[in-house]
Amino acid sequence: MFDIRSFYEAKSVEDAVRALSEDENALLISGGTDVLIRLREGKDAGASLVSIHNISELKEIREDENGTLIIGAGASFSDITNNPIVKKNINVLGEAADTVGGPQIRNMGTIGGNICNGATSADTASTLWSFNATVVLCGKDGAREIPVTEFYVGPGRTVRKHDEVCTAFKIEKKEYEGFYGHYIKYGKRSAMEIATLGCVVRVKLSADKKKIEDIRLAFGVAGPTPVRCRKAEEAVKGMDISDASIYEKLSETALTEVNPRSSWRASKEFRLQLISELSKRALREAILKSGVLESEVAEIRYKNESDNESKANAELFSRDVYAAEGVYFNDGSAAFPGGENNA
Amino acid sequence: MLKIIHMTVNGKETELAVDERESLLDTLRNRLGLTSVKKGCEVGECGACTVLVNGEAIDSCIYLSMWADGKSVMTVEGLKGPDGELSPIQRAFIEEAAVQCGFCTPGLIMTAVEIVGTGKKYSREELKKLIAGHLCRCTGYENILNAMERIVEETYKVCGEKA
Repeated sequence: MFDIRSFYEAKSVEDAVRALSEDENALLISGGTDVLIRLREGKDAGASLVSIHNISELKEIREDENGTLIIGAGASFSDITNNPIVKKNINVLGEAADTVGGPQIRNMGTIGGNICNGATSADTASTLWSFNATVVLCGKDGAREIPVTEFYVGPGRTVRKHDEVCTAFKIEKKEYEGFYGHYIKYGKRSAMEIATLGCVVRVKLSADKKKIEDIRLAFGVAGPTPVRCRKAEEAVKGMDISDASIYEKLSETALTEVNPRSSWRASKEFRLQLISELSKRALREAILKSGVLESEVAEIRYKNESDNESKANAELFSRDVYAAEGVYFNDGSAAFPGGENNA
Repeated sequence: MLKIIHMTVNGKETELAVDERESLLDTLRNRLGLTSVKKGCEVGECGACTVLVNGEAIDSCIYLSMWADGKSVMTVEGLKGPDGELSPIQRAFIEEAAVQCGFCTPGLIMTAVEIVGTGKKYSREELKKLIAGHLCRCTGYENILNAMERIVEETYKVCGEKA
Protein backbone atom coordinates (compact mmCIF):
# COMPACT_ATOMS: atom_id res chain seq x y z
CA MET A 1 0.00 0.00 0.00
CA PHE A 2 1.43 3.39 -0.96
CA ASP A 3 1.17 6.14 1.60
CA ILE A 4 -1.15 8.42 -0.34
CA ARG A 5 -4.15 10.32 0.90
CA SER A 6 -6.12 10.26 -2.31
CA PHE A 7 -5.90 9.22 -5.91
CA TYR A 8 -7.61 10.81 -8.87
CA GLU A 9 -7.43 9.51 -12.43
CA ALA A 10 -7.87 12.52 -14.69
CA LYS A 11 -10.15 12.09 -17.69
CA SER A 12 -8.38 14.71 -19.77
CA VAL A 13 -5.58 17.25 -19.55
CA GLU A 14 -8.08 19.99 -18.59
CA ASP A 15 -9.47 17.72 -15.89
CA ALA A 16 -5.95 17.17 -14.52
CA VAL A 17 -5.26 20.93 -14.52
CA ARG A 18 -8.49 21.51 -12.61
CA ALA A 19 -7.69 18.77 -10.06
CA LEU A 20 -4.19 20.17 -9.54
CA SER A 21 -5.41 23.73 -9.08
CA GLU A 22 -7.91 22.58 -6.44
CA ASP A 23 -5.22 20.96 -4.28
CA GLU A 24 -1.91 22.73 -3.93
CA ASN A 25 -0.32 19.65 -2.38
CA ALA A 26 -1.35 17.27 -5.14
CA LEU A 27 1.35 15.51 -7.13
CA LEU A 28 1.07 14.78 -10.81
CA ILE A 29 1.79 11.15 -11.69
CA SER A 30 2.21 9.68 -15.14
CA GLY A 31 4.40 6.57 -15.56
CA GLY A 32 4.95 6.38 -11.80
CA THR A 33 8.52 5.12 -11.99
CA ASP A 34 9.82 8.07 -9.97
CA VAL A 35 6.79 9.25 -7.99
CA LEU A 36 5.93 5.80 -6.59
CA ILE A 37 9.53 5.12 -5.67
CA ARG A 38 9.72 8.37 -3.74
CA LEU A 39 6.51 7.38 -1.97
CA ARG A 40 7.92 3.95 -1.17
CA GLU A 41 10.92 5.66 0.40
CA GLY A 42 8.59 7.68 2.61
CA LYS A 43 9.11 10.94 0.76
CA ASP A 44 5.95 12.84 -0.16
CA ALA A 45 4.05 10.66 2.33
CA GLY A 46 0.37 11.49 2.52
CA ALA A 47 0.32 13.16 -0.87
CA SER A 48 -2.71 13.28 -3.13
CA LEU A 49 -2.05 11.94 -6.59
CA VAL A 50 -3.51 13.30 -9.78
CA SER A 51 -2.87 10.70 -12.46
CA ILE A 52 -2.56 11.33 -16.19
CA HIS A 53 -1.53 7.72 -16.79
CA ASN A 54 -4.43 6.74 -19.02
CA ILE A 55 -4.90 9.89 -21.11
CA SER A 56 -4.34 8.49 -24.59
CA GLU A 57 -3.91 11.87 -26.35
CA LEU A 58 -0.72 12.37 -24.31
CA LYS A 59 0.84 9.24 -25.79
CA GLU A 60 0.66 10.36 -29.41
CA ILE A 61 3.76 10.78 -31.55
CA ARG A 62 3.09 12.53 -34.86
CA GLU A 63 4.41 14.81 -37.55
CA ASP A 64 2.44 17.93 -38.50
CA GLU A 65 2.12 19.44 -41.98
CA ASN A 66 5.32 21.52 -41.54
CA GLY A 67 7.38 18.50 -40.58
CA THR A 68 7.41 19.48 -36.91
CA LEU A 69 7.51 16.36 -34.76
CA ILE A 70 5.19 16.30 -31.76
CA ILE A 71 6.00 13.80 -29.05
CA GLY A 72 3.32 13.35 -26.45
CA ALA A 73 4.60 13.74 -22.90
CA GLY A 74 2.90 10.48 -21.95
CA ALA A 75 4.80 8.44 -24.55
CA SER A 76 6.85 5.80 -22.79
CA PHE A 77 10.55 5.35 -23.49
CA SER A 78 9.83 2.16 -25.43
CA ASP A 79 7.01 3.88 -27.38
CA ILE A 80 9.59 6.44 -28.48
CA THR A 81 12.33 3.94 -29.33
CA ASN A 82 9.98 1.79 -31.40
CA ASN A 83 8.08 4.59 -33.11
CA PRO A 84 8.58 4.69 -36.92
CA ILE A 85 8.49 8.53 -37.06
CA VAL A 86 11.19 8.71 -34.38
CA LYS A 87 13.27 6.02 -36.08
CA LYS A 88 13.11 7.76 -39.42
CA ASN A 89 13.79 11.34 -38.32
CA ILE A 90 15.25 11.54 -34.82
CA ASN A 91 16.58 8.07 -34.14
CA VAL A 92 19.09 9.36 -31.58
CA LEU A 93 16.22 10.30 -29.26
CA GLY A 94 15.00 6.70 -29.44
CA GLU A 95 18.53 5.49 -28.68
CA ALA A 96 18.81 7.81 -25.68
CA ALA A 97 15.39 6.67 -24.42
CA ASP A 98 16.58 3.09 -24.80
CA THR A 99 19.31 3.62 -22.18
CA VAL A 100 16.91 4.46 -19.34
CA GLY A 101 16.57 1.87 -16.53
CA GLY A 102 15.64 -1.57 -17.83
CA PRO A 103 13.03 -2.89 -20.27
CA GLN A 104 10.13 -2.85 -17.80
CA ILE A 105 10.94 0.69 -16.67
CA ARG A 106 11.11 1.77 -20.31
CA ASN A 107 7.62 0.33 -20.85
CA MET A 108 6.32 2.42 -17.93
CA GLY A 109 8.31 5.64 -17.61
CA THR A 110 7.43 8.58 -19.83
CA ILE A 111 9.46 11.28 -21.55
CA GLY A 112 7.30 13.92 -19.86
CA GLY A 113 8.28 12.62 -16.44
CA ASN A 114 11.92 12.36 -17.48
CA ILE A 115 11.97 16.08 -18.34
CA CYS A 116 9.61 17.42 -15.66
CA ASN A 117 11.63 15.84 -12.86
CA GLY A 118 14.23 18.43 -13.73
CA ALA A 119 17.11 15.99 -13.33
CA THR A 120 20.29 16.81 -15.24
CA SER A 121 20.89 13.06 -15.58
CA ALA A 122 17.67 12.42 -17.54
CA ASP A 123 18.75 10.48 -20.62
CA THR A 124 16.31 12.15 -23.01
CA ALA A 125 17.02 15.68 -21.75
CA SER A 126 20.40 16.34 -23.36
CA THR A 127 19.08 15.04 -26.68
CA LEU A 128 16.01 17.29 -26.50
CA TRP A 129 18.37 20.22 -25.77
CA SER A 130 20.35 19.35 -28.89
CA PHE A 131 17.10 19.50 -30.87
CA ASN A 132 16.13 22.89 -29.40
CA ALA A 133 12.87 21.17 -28.50
CA THR A 134 9.89 23.13 -27.22
CA VAL A 135 8.03 22.06 -24.10
CA VAL A 136 4.25 22.46 -24.29
CA LEU A 137 2.61 23.15 -20.94
CA CYS A 138 -1.13 23.28 -20.41
CA GLY A 139 -2.52 25.31 -17.51
CA LYS A 140 -5.63 27.15 -16.36
CA ASP A 141 -5.11 29.89 -18.94
CA GLY A 142 -4.45 27.56 -21.83
CA ALA A 143 -1.24 26.29 -23.36
CA ARG A 144 2.19 27.92 -23.39
CA GLU A 145 5.37 26.87 -25.10
CA ILE A 146 8.87 27.16 -23.67
CA PRO A 147 12.21 26.15 -25.21
CA VAL A 148 13.53 23.15 -23.29
CA THR A 149 16.76 25.12 -22.82
CA GLU A 150 14.80 27.59 -20.67
CA PHE A 151 12.70 24.95 -18.93
CA TYR A 152 15.18 24.08 -16.19
CA VAL A 153 15.73 26.46 -13.28
CA GLY A 154 18.11 24.30 -11.26
CA PRO A 155 18.57 20.73 -10.06
CA GLY A 156 15.10 19.18 -9.79
CA ARG A 157 13.41 22.50 -10.55
CA THR A 158 11.64 23.61 -13.70
CA VAL A 159 9.42 26.49 -14.75
CA ARG A 160 6.38 24.19 -14.77
CA LYS A 161 3.82 25.58 -12.35
CA HIS A 162 2.05 23.34 -9.89
CA ASP A 163 -1.18 23.31 -11.87
CA GLU A 164 0.38 22.89 -15.29
CA VAL A 165 0.56 19.63 -17.21
CA CYS A 166 3.34 19.04 -19.71
CA THR A 167 1.55 17.71 -22.77
CA ALA A 168 4.16 17.43 -25.50
CA PHE A 169 7.57 18.24 -26.94
CA LYS A 170 7.95 19.76 -30.37
CA ILE A 171 10.93 19.43 -32.65
CA GLU A 172 11.06 21.57 -35.78
CA LYS A 173 12.15 20.13 -39.09
CA LYS A 174 15.17 22.44 -39.44
CA GLU A 175 16.47 21.05 -36.17
CA TYR A 176 16.57 17.44 -37.36
CA GLU A 177 16.59 17.34 -41.14
CA GLY A 178 19.89 16.00 -42.50
CA PHE A 179 21.33 15.38 -39.03
CA TYR A 180 22.66 12.10 -37.66
CA GLY A 181 23.28 11.73 -33.98
CA HIS A 182 24.86 9.55 -31.34
CA TYR A 183 24.20 9.40 -27.60
CA ILE A 184 26.62 7.90 -25.10
CA LYS A 185 25.55 7.19 -21.56
CA TYR A 186 28.35 6.55 -19.11
CA GLY A 187 27.47 4.63 -15.98
CA LYS A 188 29.07 2.06 -13.75
CA ARG A 189 26.88 -0.62 -15.24
CA SER A 190 25.16 -0.76 -18.59
CA ALA A 191 21.58 -1.20 -17.34
CA MET A 192 19.42 -0.05 -14.43
CA GLU A 193 21.73 2.90 -14.01
CA ILE A 194 21.56 6.64 -13.74
CA ALA A 195 23.98 8.41 -16.05
CA THR A 196 27.27 9.50 -14.53
CA LEU A 197 27.48 11.52 -17.70
CA GLY A 198 25.43 11.66 -20.88
CA CYS A 199 26.74 13.07 -24.16
CA VAL A 200 24.96 13.63 -27.44
CA VAL A 201 26.48 14.80 -30.70
CA ARG A 202 24.44 15.39 -33.84
CA VAL A 203 26.05 16.36 -37.11
CA LYS A 204 24.90 17.50 -40.51
CA LEU A 205 27.53 17.00 -43.16
CA SER A 206 27.98 19.08 -46.29
CA ALA A 207 26.51 17.71 -49.54
CA ASP A 208 29.83 16.08 -50.47
CA LYS A 209 29.99 14.54 -46.97
CA LYS A 210 33.44 15.98 -46.36
CA LYS A 211 32.76 18.85 -43.97
CA ILE A 212 30.78 19.43 -40.82
CA GLU A 213 28.09 21.81 -41.98
CA ASP A 214 26.24 21.96 -38.68
CA ILE A 215 26.67 20.29 -35.31
CA ARG A 216 25.00 20.04 -31.92
CA LEU A 217 26.67 19.03 -28.68
CA ALA A 218 24.84 18.62 -25.38
CA PHE A 219 25.48 16.93 -22.06
CA GLY A 220 23.64 15.62 -19.06
CA VAL A 221 25.26 15.76 -15.58
CA ALA A 222 27.86 18.25 -16.85
CA GLY A 223 26.18 20.90 -14.72
CA PRO A 224 23.11 21.43 -12.52
CA THR A 225 20.91 21.25 -15.63
CA PRO A 226 21.54 19.71 -19.04
CA VAL A 227 23.82 21.93 -21.09
CA ARG A 228 24.35 22.66 -24.75
CA CYS A 229 27.86 23.70 -25.81
CA ARG A 230 27.33 26.34 -28.49
CA LYS A 231 30.93 27.60 -28.55
CA ALA A 232 32.21 24.08 -29.12
CA GLU A 233 29.69 23.68 -31.92
CA GLU A 234 30.87 26.90 -33.56
CA ALA A 235 34.50 25.86 -33.16
CA VAL A 236 34.18 22.84 -35.44
CA LYS A 237 31.60 24.10 -37.92
CA GLY A 238 32.97 23.98 -41.46
CA MET A 239 35.86 21.72 -40.52
CA ASP A 240 36.89 18.71 -42.54
CA ILE A 241 35.89 15.30 -41.14
CA SER A 242 39.30 13.94 -42.11
CA ASP A 243 40.99 16.52 -39.88
CA ALA A 244 41.80 14.87 -36.55
CA SER A 245 41.84 18.24 -34.77
CA ILE A 246 38.00 18.30 -34.87
CA TYR A 247 38.01 16.10 -31.79
CA GLU A 248 40.30 18.29 -29.70
CA LYS A 249 38.60 21.48 -30.86
CA LEU A 250 35.21 20.14 -29.87
CA SER A 251 36.19 18.61 -26.55
CA GLU A 252 38.53 21.39 -25.41
CA THR A 253 36.01 24.11 -26.17
CA ALA A 254 33.27 22.06 -24.49
CA LEU A 255 35.33 21.93 -21.30
CA THR A 256 35.09 25.73 -21.07
CA GLU A 257 31.29 25.59 -21.18
CA VAL A 258 30.47 22.90 -18.63
CA ASN A 259 30.23 22.98 -14.87
CA PRO A 260 30.13 19.45 -13.42
CA ARG A 261 30.37 18.78 -9.70
CA SER A 262 31.53 15.97 -7.50
CA SER A 263 28.81 13.70 -6.24
CA TRP A 264 28.79 10.23 -4.76
CA ARG A 265 28.57 8.85 -8.29
CA ALA A 266 31.75 10.45 -9.59
CA SER A 267 34.17 13.29 -8.98
CA LYS A 268 34.23 16.53 -10.90
CA GLU A 269 37.62 15.58 -12.36
CA PHE A 270 36.32 12.28 -13.64
CA ARG A 271 33.30 13.97 -15.18
CA LEU A 272 35.58 16.46 -16.96
CA GLN A 273 37.54 13.51 -18.32
CA LEU A 274 34.29 11.95 -19.52
CA ILE A 275 33.13 15.19 -21.15
CA SER A 276 36.38 15.39 -23.07
CA GLU A 277 36.47 11.74 -24.08
CA LEU A 278 32.80 11.09 -24.79
CA SER A 279 32.37 14.22 -26.93
CA LYS A 280 35.14 12.92 -29.21
CA ARG A 281 33.72 9.42 -29.43
CA ALA A 282 30.16 10.64 -29.96
CA LEU A 283 31.33 13.00 -32.70
CA ARG A 284 33.08 10.18 -34.55
CA GLU A 285 30.08 7.88 -34.21
CA ALA A 286 27.68 10.59 -35.37
CA ILE A 287 29.82 11.22 -38.46
CA LEU A 288 29.98 7.49 -39.20
CA LYS A 289 26.19 7.26 -38.93
CA SER A 290 25.93 9.94 -41.60
CA GLY A 291 26.92 7.30 -44.13
CA VAL A 292 30.63 7.99 -44.41
CA LEU A 293 33.25 5.28 -44.81
CA GLU A 294 35.33 4.68 -41.72
CA SER A 295 38.49 5.47 -43.70
CA GLU A 296 37.22 8.98 -44.50
CA VAL A 297 36.76 10.00 -40.87
CA ALA A 298 39.77 11.04 -38.83
CA GLU A 299 40.82 8.74 -36.00
CA ILE A 300 40.75 10.16 -32.49
CA ARG A 301 44.31 11.11 -31.52
CA TYR A 302 45.62 11.02 -28.01
CA LYS A 303 48.29 13.39 -26.78
CA ASN A 304 50.78 10.71 -25.96
CA GLU A 305 51.31 8.92 -29.25
CA SER A 306 51.70 5.54 -27.60
CA ASP A 307 48.19 5.92 -26.19
CA ASN A 308 45.77 3.73 -27.96
CA GLU A 309 42.09 3.30 -27.31
CA SER A 310 42.54 0.41 -24.94
CA LYS A 311 44.88 2.47 -22.80
CA ALA A 312 42.42 5.31 -22.76
CA ASN A 313 39.74 2.86 -21.71
CA ALA A 314 41.94 1.44 -18.99
CA GLU A 315 42.57 4.93 -17.68
CA LEU A 316 38.89 5.74 -17.68
CA PHE A 317 38.23 2.57 -15.76
CA SER A 318 40.85 3.15 -13.10
CA ARG A 319 39.76 6.75 -12.60
CA ASP A 320 36.25 5.49 -12.24
CA VAL A 321 37.27 3.08 -9.52
CA TYR A 322 39.05 5.89 -7.70
CA ALA A 323 35.98 8.03 -8.06
CA ALA A 324 33.83 5.24 -6.66
CA GLU A 325 36.16 5.04 -3.67
CA GLY A 326 35.98 8.76 -3.16
CA VAL A 327 39.67 9.32 -3.78
CA TYR A 328 39.06 12.21 -6.14
CA PHE A 329 36.44 13.91 -4.06
CA ASN A 330 37.77 17.38 -3.58
CA ASP A 331 34.87 18.59 -1.48
CA GLY A 332 35.44 15.86 1.08
CA SER A 333 31.93 14.52 0.72
CA ALA A 334 32.32 10.94 -0.31
CA ALA A 335 29.19 9.98 1.57
CA PHE A 336 25.76 9.71 -0.03
CA PRO A 337 24.23 13.15 0.18
CA GLY A 338 21.06 11.50 -1.09
CA GLY A 339 18.65 11.93 -3.94
CA GLU A 340 19.06 11.79 -7.67
CA ASN A 341 19.42 15.55 -7.83
CA ASN A 342 22.97 14.97 -6.76
CA ALA A 343 23.53 12.71 -9.73
CA MET B 1 -11.27 3.68 -0.24
CA LEU B 2 -12.21 0.63 -2.25
CA LYS B 3 -12.94 1.07 -5.92
CA ILE B 4 -14.34 -1.42 -8.38
CA ILE B 5 -12.12 -2.21 -11.35
CA HIS B 6 -12.42 -4.59 -14.27
CA MET B 7 -9.43 -6.42 -15.67
CA THR B 8 -8.94 -9.41 -17.88
CA VAL B 9 -6.60 -11.53 -15.79
CA ASN B 10 -5.02 -14.47 -17.60
CA GLY B 11 -7.82 -14.37 -20.13
CA LYS B 12 -10.62 -14.24 -17.57
CA GLU B 13 -12.84 -11.18 -17.09
CA THR B 14 -12.45 -10.16 -13.47
CA GLU B 15 -14.33 -7.61 -11.43
CA LEU B 16 -12.86 -6.76 -8.08
CA ALA B 17 -12.67 -4.12 -5.39
CA VAL B 18 -9.21 -2.67 -4.81
CA ASP B 19 -7.79 0.02 -2.58
CA GLU B 20 -6.71 3.09 -4.55
CA ARG B 21 -3.34 2.93 -2.80
CA GLU B 22 -2.69 -0.64 -3.85
CA SER B 23 -0.01 -1.82 -6.26
CA LEU B 24 -0.95 -4.31 -8.95
CA LEU B 25 1.53 -6.65 -7.27
CA ASP B 26 -0.50 -6.66 -4.03
CA THR B 27 -3.79 -7.00 -5.87
CA LEU B 28 -2.59 -10.00 -7.87
CA ARG B 29 -1.04 -11.76 -4.89
CA ASN B 30 -3.42 -10.92 -2.08
CA ARG B 31 -6.80 -10.56 -3.76
CA LEU B 32 -6.41 -13.01 -6.63
CA GLY B 33 -3.94 -15.49 -5.11
CA LEU B 34 -1.59 -15.26 -8.09
CA THR B 35 1.54 -15.91 -6.08
CA SER B 36 3.78 -16.51 -9.09
CA VAL B 37 4.14 -12.73 -8.96
CA LYS B 38 6.96 -12.22 -6.48
CA LYS B 39 7.54 -9.28 -4.19
CA GLY B 40 11.22 -8.41 -4.28
CA CYS B 41 12.68 -4.91 -4.09
CA GLU B 42 9.36 -3.03 -4.39
CA VAL B 43 11.10 -0.19 -6.24
CA GLY B 44 11.19 -1.52 -9.79
CA GLU B 45 14.77 -2.72 -9.80
CA CYS B 46 14.71 -6.51 -9.42
CA GLY B 47 12.01 -7.53 -11.90
CA ALA B 48 10.62 -10.35 -9.70
CA CYS B 49 7.12 -8.84 -9.92
CA THR B 50 7.10 -8.54 -13.72
CA VAL B 51 3.73 -9.16 -15.35
CA LEU B 52 2.33 -8.26 -18.75
CA VAL B 53 -0.19 -5.42 -18.99
CA ASN B 54 -1.73 -5.29 -22.47
CA GLY B 55 1.19 -7.43 -23.59
CA GLU B 56 3.94 -5.17 -22.21
CA ALA B 57 6.22 -6.30 -19.39
CA ILE B 58 6.00 -3.96 -16.41
CA ASP B 59 7.09 -4.02 -12.76
CA SER B 60 3.80 -4.58 -10.95
CA CYS B 61 5.26 -3.27 -7.66
CA ILE B 62 5.27 0.29 -9.03
CA TYR B 63 2.08 0.05 -11.02
CA LEU B 64 -1.15 1.17 -9.37
CA SER B 65 -4.01 -1.31 -9.65
CA MET B 66 -6.28 1.57 -10.58
CA TRP B 67 -4.31 1.91 -13.81
CA ALA B 68 -5.10 -1.70 -14.78
CA ASP B 69 -8.82 -0.91 -14.98
CA GLY B 70 -10.01 -2.01 -18.41
CA LYS B 71 -6.71 -3.68 -19.27
CA SER B 72 -5.50 -7.20 -19.78
CA VAL B 73 -3.03 -8.64 -17.26
CA MET B 74 -1.04 -11.82 -17.64
CA THR B 75 0.98 -13.75 -15.06
CA VAL B 76 2.77 -17.09 -15.18
CA GLU B 77 -0.46 -18.81 -14.04
CA GLY B 78 -1.92 -17.79 -17.40
CA LEU B 79 0.64 -19.83 -19.34
CA LYS B 80 -0.75 -23.12 -18.08
CA GLY B 81 -2.16 -25.37 -20.80
CA PRO B 82 -5.69 -26.85 -20.64
CA ASP B 83 -4.45 -29.96 -18.82
CA GLY B 84 -2.04 -28.07 -16.61
CA GLU B 85 0.96 -28.63 -18.88
CA LEU B 86 3.86 -26.21 -18.95
CA SER B 87 4.37 -23.77 -21.80
CA PRO B 88 7.35 -24.17 -24.15
CA ILE B 89 8.99 -21.19 -22.42
CA GLN B 90 8.75 -22.84 -19.03
CA ARG B 91 10.02 -26.12 -20.48
CA ALA B 92 13.02 -24.32 -21.98
CA PHE B 93 13.87 -22.94 -18.53
CA ILE B 94 13.73 -26.45 -17.04
CA GLU B 95 15.67 -28.09 -19.84
CA GLU B 96 18.45 -25.50 -19.66
CA ALA B 97 18.54 -25.67 -15.83
CA ALA B 98 17.84 -21.94 -15.77
CA VAL B 99 16.09 -22.19 -12.39
CA GLN B 100 17.80 -22.44 -9.04
CA CYS B 101 15.97 -20.86 -6.12
CA GLY B 102 13.19 -19.83 -8.50
CA PHE B 103 12.43 -16.40 -7.10
CA CYS B 104 13.37 -14.48 -10.24
CA THR B 105 11.96 -17.14 -12.58
CA PRO B 106 8.31 -16.04 -12.95
CA GLY B 107 9.38 -12.49 -13.80
CA LEU B 108 11.93 -13.70 -16.33
CA ILE B 109 9.35 -16.04 -17.86
CA MET B 110 6.99 -13.11 -18.39
CA THR B 111 9.75 -11.08 -20.02
CA ALA B 112 10.42 -14.14 -22.20
CA VAL B 113 6.76 -14.15 -23.21
CA GLU B 114 7.09 -10.52 -24.30
CA ILE B 115 10.33 -11.22 -26.19
CA VAL B 116 9.02 -14.34 -27.90
CA GLY B 117 5.83 -12.49 -28.82
CA THR B 118 7.77 -10.20 -31.15
CA GLY B 119 8.67 -13.24 -33.27
CA LYS B 120 12.09 -11.68 -33.90
CA LYS B 121 15.46 -13.34 -33.66
CA TYR B 122 17.84 -11.87 -31.09
CA SER B 123 21.55 -12.29 -30.51
CA ARG B 124 22.83 -13.25 -27.08
CA GLU B 125 23.96 -9.65 -26.57
CA GLU B 126 20.51 -8.35 -27.43
CA LEU B 127 18.94 -10.87 -25.06
CA LYS B 128 21.26 -9.69 -22.29
CA LYS B 129 19.90 -6.20 -22.73
CA LEU B 130 16.32 -7.45 -22.83
CA ILE B 131 16.64 -9.28 -19.50
CA ALA B 132 18.55 -6.42 -17.84
CA GLY B 133 15.50 -5.54 -15.76
CA HIS B 134 15.80 -8.79 -13.76
CA LEU B 135 18.14 -9.69 -10.96
CA CYS B 136 19.08 -13.34 -10.39
CA ARG B 137 21.33 -14.07 -7.43
CA CYS B 138 21.82 -17.79 -8.15
CA THR B 139 22.46 -18.69 -11.75
CA GLY B 140 24.92 -16.13 -13.04
CA TYR B 141 22.47 -15.69 -15.93
CA GLU B 142 24.23 -18.09 -18.30
CA ASN B 143 21.56 -20.78 -18.22
CA ILE B 144 18.82 -18.15 -18.31
CA LEU B 145 20.34 -16.81 -21.52
CA ASN B 146 20.63 -20.37 -22.85
CA ALA B 147 16.92 -20.86 -22.18
CA MET B 148 16.11 -17.52 -23.79
CA GLU B 149 18.18 -18.36 -26.88
CA ARG B 150 16.54 -21.76 -27.13
CA ILE B 151 12.97 -20.47 -26.95
CA VAL B 152 13.64 -17.54 -29.27
CA GLU B 153 15.19 -19.94 -31.77
CA GLU B 154 12.32 -22.45 -31.48
CA THR B 155 9.70 -19.75 -31.94
CA TYR B 156 11.51 -18.20 -34.86
CA LYS B 157 11.66 -21.57 -36.61
CA VAL B 158 7.90 -21.98 -36.29
CA CYS B 159 6.63 -18.44 -36.74
CA GLY B 160 9.39 -16.32 -38.29
CA GLU B 161 8.64 -12.61 -38.15
CA LYS B 162 4.91 -13.30 -38.29
CA ALA B 163 4.46 -14.16 -34.61
